[in-house]
Amino acid sequence: MPSLIEALAGAAPSNGHYPWPRRVVDERTWSVLVGQLGEGRWTLAGLWGDAGAVHMALLDTGRGELAVATLACPDGRFPSIARHHAPAHRLERTISELFGLEPVGDPDDRRWLDHGRWGVRHPLGACSEADGEGASYAFLAAEGEGLHQIAVGPVHAGTIEPGHFRFTANGETVVRLEERLGYAHKGVESLMAGASLERAAHLAARTSGDSTVAYSIAYSRAVEAALGIEVPERAHWLRALMAEFERIANHLGDFGAVCNDAAFALMHAHTAVLRERVLRLSKSCFGHRLMMDKIMPGGVAVDLDGSGAEDIRSLLATIRETFPQLIDLYDETASLQDRTVGTGTLTHALAHQYGCGGYIGRASGRSFDTRRDFAYPPYDSLRFDVPLFQDGDVNARVWVRIREVEQSLGLIDQILSGMPPGEISVAPRPTGKISEGVSLVEGFRGDILCWLRLDSGGAVARCHLRDPSWFQWPLLEAVIEGNIVADFPLCNKSFNCSYSGHDL
Amino acid sequence: MRKLLFESLIKPVLTETQPDPDLAMCAELATALGQSARQRLGRSLAIREIDAGSCNGCELEIHALNNAFYDIERFGLRFVASPRHADVLLVTGPVTRNMREALERTYNATPAPKWVVAVGDCAADGGCFAGSYAVVGGVAAVVPVDLHIGGCPPSPETLLKGLLALIQDAAHGSASSP
Ligand code: SF4
Repeated sequence: MPSLIEALAGAAPSNGHYPWPRRVVDERTWSVLVGQLGEGRWTLAGLWGDAGAVHMALLDTGRGELAVATLACPDGRFPSIARHHAPAHRLERTISELFGLEPVGDPDDRRWLDHGRWGVRHPLGACSEADGEGASYAFLAAEGEGLHQIAVGPVHAGTIEPGHFRFTANGETVVRLEERLGYAHKGVESLMAGASLERAAHLAARTSGDSTVAYSIAYSRAVEAALGIEVPERAHWLRALMAEFERIANHLGDFGAVCNDAAFALMHAHTAVLRERVLRLSKSCFGHRLMMDKIMPGGVAVDLDGSGAEDIRSLLATIRETFPQLIDLYDETASLQDRTVGTGTLTHALAHQYGCGGYIGRASGRSFDTRRDFAYPPYDSLRFDVPLFQDGDVNARVWVRIREVEQSLGLIDQILSGMPPGEISVAPRPTGKISEGVSLVEGFRGDILCWLRLDSGGAVARCHLRDPSWFQWPLLEAVIEGNIVADFPLCNKSFNCSYSGHDL
Repeated sequence: MRKLLFESLIKPVLTETQPDPDLAMCAELATALGQSARQRLGRSLAIREIDAGSCNGCELEIHALNNAFYDIERFGLRFVASPRHADVLLVTGPVTRNMREALERTYNATPAPKWVVAVGDCAADGGCFAGSYAVVGGVAAVVPVDLHIGGCPPSPETLLKGLLALIQDAAHGSASSP
């Protein structure tokens, strides 16, 4: 069977593209690739627009290969991928409204992020003025006797991000959920175009605040790949330390929040305390509770001193002492299990088809973790398991998170004992050439893809950031079907997709 | 569960002492709060949070206000689910063009007297997202703002100081108020 790169028969672009290849393919090869995507040969890792072209990142997860296929669109059109491979749907609609490139044959031509309020059309392509009055949105129909609709959002009852959910229910049972997103669209990619490396790093770190560390690593790695920078060894280890902190903090917070949505507030109270301790330690070790802007191209901004390492060890001990009690509490509370077991089940087939990353995929038997399957330093020299569950329900997603906290604790042990001494950053220097870089990094929510092109002066010409939520949001619509409306908060929280990361 | 509950009884309390309200914020508020409002509110404020397009970093820190260290409810501050129950709108993020109408409508749905607190650097002037085709700007570009709490994101302590300034002014008034 040909490997991914063999399947991408085409010309390499004139600028370098690192570390994985990019090929400009013809329409026939593009169609073959799309067909193979539909058959499940490859996993779609990203689909984004550029000036007069579309790019598609494909994974061969079995072999740990990534490649980018590019199709030039001289007449402003490209053959729809979504027609053969549903996960491309929203990405394709986004390309069409940001760049004005038309997906020919796309079964859904409704606008996605563009609510008709920007005052412009195609802001990243041939930008033209528009009235900005807002456009109506045709939700999909659900017909039948006794059905009623419930509209929720964009302003929700809790402290969460903006989005709209349109439920059609029969009594208490949800027949259809349709999401409408884009409310948090800030135009990050347009702000990135022409930005200095530093400014772009700032923006990347604010794509989704809960994953600021992971985004900063993804962006920095893509820049470093493009410029051919060797980052000091110690910086890699410090990055991983921050990334595992971020993972633990989010998993702890969400574990409690899921239980809270099942009206079990006691768990929330306890996990929130642990989460707060992690954030406080992040502040004392790295200078910021969420560790924003502490990772940049070339390395990291702060080093860890001896007392910081001691403090981390003592927090690990606290978590190791407290967390097992909370796990027992979860496991032994029948009323809680009653809500989480068998609720919001995601099938393995869907998780696989969508290339659904993170704890959502791993709770449905999709064993994928970029730290292992596309290992980047220092993970290539650390030992850890990738927890896997098969049931695909809220309970399984909770368990993946519990087990991942334990794995992260083990990783932090290894990082503290194995961290090499030395420098923590080098200054990135422009190469005088146009260059491109791509990276895939494991955030707490799943794999984040960053692709960018730097101009010859070292500024960002185009940067695309793909949040894991792109391949998770659509599945939330699938898992809620047949569940009762009251279980939606539980399902939603157990997914915890990012609105901001998706809306960009 | 029993063991956990019992331990919670005998362990020392985590909740920290109240931080002093921020003086600069008190001054900003003095002009914002009228006498009548103070009488009506007493010492309790119902808060409705609105994310007008944030990166979600601010939300994380607002959430933290509920944990045992800060325990915001002991000050009579609580988060409510509907703008119709709210005295204060806590708004985060640069206001995106896609959220502008939702913010206006939420504001209009909140009964007077009401206050708007803009949380985070983005809410002040759009922050690092200012200038984008998709962003209106800070919260004040859409609804009147009574207090800004800066930071990216503001720490829970900073948030608490700002909100305490609000509640103190609401309860006692201050020298320069009408
Ligand atoms: S102020 Fe900072 S944390 Fe808050 S929304 Fe803006 S970028 Fe995010």
